[in-house]
Amino acid sequence: MSHNLKNITLKIWRQDGPQAKGNFETHVIDEITDEASFLEMLDILNDKLVHDGKEAVVFDHDCREGICGTCSLMIDGQAHGPQRGTATCQLHMRQFQDNATITIEPWRASAFPLIKDLMVDRSAFDRVIESGGYITAETGGAPDANLIPIPKPIADAAMDSAECIGCGACVAACPNGAANLFTAAKVAHLNRLPQGQAERYSRVENMVETMDEHFGSCTNHGECEAACPKEISIDVIALMHKDYRKAKFANRKDLARK
Amino acid sequence: MAQVVTSQRGPVTGTATRSKKRRPFLIDLYSTAVGKKYVMGATGIMMMGFVVFHMIGNLKMYLGAVHLNEYAHFLENLLVPIAPEGVVLWILRGGLITALALHLHAAFSLTQLNRKARPVKYQSARDYQIANFASRTMRLSGLVVLAFIIWHLLDLTFGVVNTATGAMTTVGAHGEEPVKNVYDAVVFSFQRTPVALFYVFANVLLGVHLFHGAWSIFQSFGWNNPRFNKWRRGFATGFAAIVVIGNVSFPIAVMAGIVG
Amino acid sequence: MSLTDQLLAQNTVKLDSKIPAGPMADKWNSYKDNMKLVNPNNKRKFKVIVVGTGLAGASAAATLAELGYQVDAFTFHDSARRAHSIAAQGGINGAKNYKGDGDSIHRLFYDTVKGGDFRAREANVHRLAENSVDIIDQMVAQGVPFAREYGGLLDNRSFGGAQVSRTFYARGQTGQQLLLGAYQQFSRQVGLGGIRLFNRTELIDVVVIDGHASGIVVRDLVTGELQSHAAHAVVLATGGYGNAFFLSTNAMACNVTAAWRAHRKGALFANPCYTQIHPTCIPQSDDSQSKLTLMSESLRNDGRVWVPTNPNETRPAHEVPENERDYYLERLYPSFGNLAPRDISSRAAKRAVDKGLGVGPKKNGVYLDFADAINRLGREVVEERYGNLFEMYERIAGENPYEQPMRIYPASHYTMGGLWVDYELMTNIPGLYAAGEANFSDHGANRLGASALMQGLSDGYFVLPYTIGNYLAPMLNKAIPGTDHPAFKAAEEEARIRFNGYLASGGTKSPDYFHRELGKIIWDYCGMERTEEGLKKALSDLPALYDEFKTDLRVTGNGESMNQTLEKAGRVDDFFQLGMLMCKDALDRQESCGGHFRAEYQTEEGEALRDDENYCHVSAWQWGGDPMKPNLNVEKLEFEEVHLATRSYK
Ligand SMILES: Cc1cc2nc3c(=O)[nH]c(=O)nc-3n(C[C@H](O)[C@H](O)[C@H](O)COP(=O)(O)OP(=O)(O)OC[C@H]3O[C@@H](n4cnc5c(N)ncnc54)[C@H](O)[C@@H]3O)c2cc1C
Ligand code: HEM
Ligand code: SF4
Ligand code: FES
Repeated sequence: MSHNLKNITLKIWRQDGPQAKGNFETHVIDEITDEASFLEMLDILNDKLVHDGKEAVVFDHDCREGICGTCSLMIDGQAHGPQRGTATCQLHMRQFQDNATITIEPWRASAFPLIKDLMVDRSAFDRVIESGGYITAETGGAPDANLIPIPKPIADAAMDSAECIGCGACVAACPNGAANLFTAAKVAHLNRLPQGQAERYSRVENMVETMDEHFGSCTNHGECEAACPKEISIDVIALMHKDYRKAKFANRKDLARK
Repeated sequence: MAQVVTSQRGPVTGTATRSKKRRPFLIDLYSTAVGKKYVMGATGIMMMGFVVFHMIGNLKMYLGAVHLNEYAHFLENLLVPIAPEGVVLWILRGGLITALALHLHAAFSLTQLNRKARPVKYQSARDYQIANFASRTMRLSGLVVLAFIIWHLLDLTFGVVNTATGAMTTVGAHGEEPVKNVYDAVVFSFQRTPVALFYVFANVLLGVHLFHGAWSIFQSFGWNNPRFNKWRRGFATGFAAIVVIGNVSFPIAVMAGIVG
Repeated sequence: MSLTDQLLAQNTVKLDSKIPAGPMADKWNSYKDNMKLVNPNNKRKFKVIVVGTGLAGASAAATLAELGYQVDAFTFHDSARRAHSIAAQGGINGAKNYKGDGDSIHRLFYDTVKGGDFRAREANVHRLAENSVDIIDQMVAQGVPFAREYGGLLDNRSFGGAQVSRTFYARGQTGQQLLLGAYQQFSRQVGLGGIRLFNRTELIDVVVIDGHASGIVVRDLVTGELQSHAAHAVVLATGGYGNAFFLSTNAMACNVTAAWRAHRKGALFANPCYTQIHPTCIPQSDDSQSKLTLMSESLRNDGRVWVPTNPNETRPAHEVPENERDYYLERLYPSFGNLAPRDISSRAAKRAVDKGLGVGPKKNGVYLDFADAINRLGREVVEERYGNLFEMYERIAGENPYEQPMRIYPASHYTMGGLWVDYELMTNIPGLYAAGEANFSDHGANRLGASALMQGLSDGYFVLPYTIGNYLAPMLNKAIPGTDHPAFKAAEEEARIRFNGYLASGGTKSPDYFHRELGKIIWDYCGMERTEEGLKKALSDLPALYDEFKTDLRVTGNGESMNQTLEKAGRVDDFFQLGMLMCKDALDRQESCGGHFRAEYQTEEGEALRDDENYCHVSAWQWGGDPMKPNLNVEKLEFEEVHLATRSYK
């Protein structure tokens, strides 16, 4: 049953803007129910800060159901905090003990410029999708949905990688700031489906190369998988690397034919 | 690429309309990070092959000086008389040096890329979950191995730091014709304790490098198959262990007087 | 003369629903056959602003851009993919009849009209049912990985309020997969240059010049800068206002600002009191709670709802013997059982808890029990169907639903009310459109499960792209006012004064505090059950609290950088004004229908009692300069196909 946690010390990164110098600010929460979510704890802190005439801590969040991918905190050195397969907003205070000191930082990567405090700009992910993370099927003219049966295991595997919420924890956790898990999750989703075959190779080529412009490179540490709130497997990265290899050769032939 | 980019606010549009630069195929492939990883993997595999064969060949040491020197002579005379003496060996060496150079270049440029990808480090301690010592020290272990390779060449190939290297001897099969006395050179080298210790140290780090590397190639190339995925870790560990045990045995054998 | 007709005679705004003539099943086709077209080469001469990138906004923007229009898309989110549509869990309806269980377009139409308690516009609903079929095709082509059967064909499940299986789903993440499909199509257009995307940019005002919607004023949330944008037409696809209750299943940032600002510029707001309370949410656990989490309605396919018969029950659920349990939905509604529609299930749960039969530490929930399903189907099957929902429950409630029944309670979830639109989805301001949850159109007084996703996509993919063309065609080569027009400048100035006002109002309480208090009033008096007395109390409490908001608000920080407290202040301000309108509307509608349950108007069995004689109309409110003084306009609802009948799910 629920109980109250006492004396939680928060070390929170504060930074006024992209150019400003940042530093950790310490706040103490005397008592809080362990039923509260981690973000509700920050709400309580913010309410107090505003009441005291201080500026509230800026952090990104929205659905608080672990699905929109907006929340994004580095908690005690782990992207989304200590609970596996859990986005920051789904983390509850029962994961912590009395007298805990909790350190909160923003995601750090050049592709994710800091906006303020704990909020960063993850638009680089959108650029990756814009470059090929779709199936071209303009509105109207789609064939009947049951025209192409898709074996259940394939549909399921596509769904496994389609679950990515675009939170950026993989990039944040990666020692190299690489976005291979995010990009590969989309490649694996679309490249596995029959509908995705027509653009299979141009898709992977364009997405990988756009990813390259923004992010670091994968050295197969596996940190992304551990941080991913959807527990997407790094197998998808292998799949992307394979398709990219094939794409380079396939597209080369196509270019030669032109 | 710094994290202090002033986010230029304004509409986003036409992000995918730039036309791609046409470049020669290999350069094009090598220009991306994933492409560089293929090169790292391919060159890594070449070097892995070399390391294993090199180690197995050197095991002849335990059969005695004659066998080892004979083997060295055999390598020098590969494909003679079609090719002049030493040429094939130098072609192989050339291939390895190119591989090493490419491996190094790719390692260097990817490291640069990764540094730029996170210019502002985390200000609090990271709590890594999966990344291990091996995966996080690839550059370091690689550099130690590089230093070792250079020393090793100066020591046993060019004899710059080894007076015994290059001395000649005769072996049974070739009658009076002199061959290089590799055996004595090795024994001479390892009788210097610091040299032997460095050899052991470098090979252990080579093992560490391979512990991650021999696993990592499967991911880099996309050799991913549910049927054999679970063997990948075992393969890498086994491969690294065999190379380390084989190579490290030589200096120990010399120092312990088993060989010498 | 009925009340409806009397009110009709007093309308101050002409409400022309523009329903095409002809038989119900032909109306939409005949509209399309007769509408005006814009030549493909001329489309690029028109600029359309789409505000919102949820299912409705993203699909509309993508399709308009594919057709060739210049589209400017706005969202306050950092990415189009974050819109609240992402959170929908259960599924989307499509009258495909893939199960061969007798489904048809007509049946979906019928179910929706009946489910909406006969307060929706028939012609719109029929069109929705027609489009539902194309939506499924479109989304599958887009790569949405809907659940499949072993043969590779699409799987369906059944949902509340329907006796056929017509709901397509992707695990418990249908909204996510649909939105990602639409987002990807949208992103393709951003990449190709068809759409200009303005992210983290919030609509602050709508600009109307010479009676036509001519553009919008937005605030860049990152820099605080106010900007004007002009266009030939403006689409608001900005979602619902469920957050008026503070605690709801909506995302934290969902708000009514866009619709409300349009309302203040003359757009009518229809049926604000029609709000949906979803029966299966995790009950509130503590006072600092910021939102409630929905547990998909699909769980009611296999879960059984019950409460102990003894109010003083203390044993854990599995020790309570069968004869001391009341499976009240199965008992009261034998033919629909646990799948009774949302409004009915919600009220039944409220009654059980009000009687003191609630379960859990706060006695504020009812059980949703899977023990039978696990016995019957095996744990694997249950896990396959609901695994991720069970995990989510465990993370939030800290209890394992495979072992203990879930505890659930109703929560605010969806708003049927919204901007009044005609058949073309145009508000009463020419050139201003509303799509998705932001409009009032298709669900009447209660929305059936899995129908909102369908409506958002129908509006965006298959309605707006046609109807906007019909509006734009005659405007070819007519110049639109530039953003230097005084109307834009005036709107910018007004916004600047408003936001500076929040910053300057050196009180003591945060916007969140006011939102919470406001939400409590609305939940207590304009929630699941409403009474004249309660609504009158709310209408005296709300203005008082609003006055306090104006004097005792504190917003820290500045207006030149990211300031979430400031954003929130603006949104809460609009929720206050809307809240008053919701209560006014609820007070004015002296009948019970769907989600609007007035305790005074119920049958002997406690079911909603409609008054078709006097209230078979849409109440569309006009801004009267003061939130407490709106003007009522009505649109009379005529039912040609589905005959008005008492809704029964027995
Ligand atoms: C938890 C939950 C589960 C649900 N499950 C289902 C289900 O199973 N089946 C079903 O059919 N329906 C379901 N619904 C309902 C359905 O998800 C929504 O009604 C629907 O997705 C709304 O889509 P929309 O496009 O109208 O709005 P939204 O998706 O809410 O999008 C609104 C957009 O408008 C933007 N916006 C809003 N205001 C402004 C402004 N002032 N300035 C700029 N941008 C603005 C936002 O950034 C966002 O992009 C569920 C709803 C909830 C809350
Ligand atoms: C010259 C010194 C060397 C340096 C600086 C070096 C550096 C590196 C680096 C930085 C990586 C990338 C790590 C990663 O992607 O996870 C790597 C990978 C690898 N290295 Fe080396 N290395 C060196 C020598 C060697 C040698 C001698 C071998 C073989 C015996 C080798 C085999 C490998 C393998 C197999 C990989 C994995 C490649 C992949 O993931 O595709 N390396 N090396
Ligand atoms: S792959 Fe996982 S960690 Fe990365 S963005 Fe997607 S959900 Fe987040
Ligand atoms: S706030 Fe939506 S995923 Fe966390």
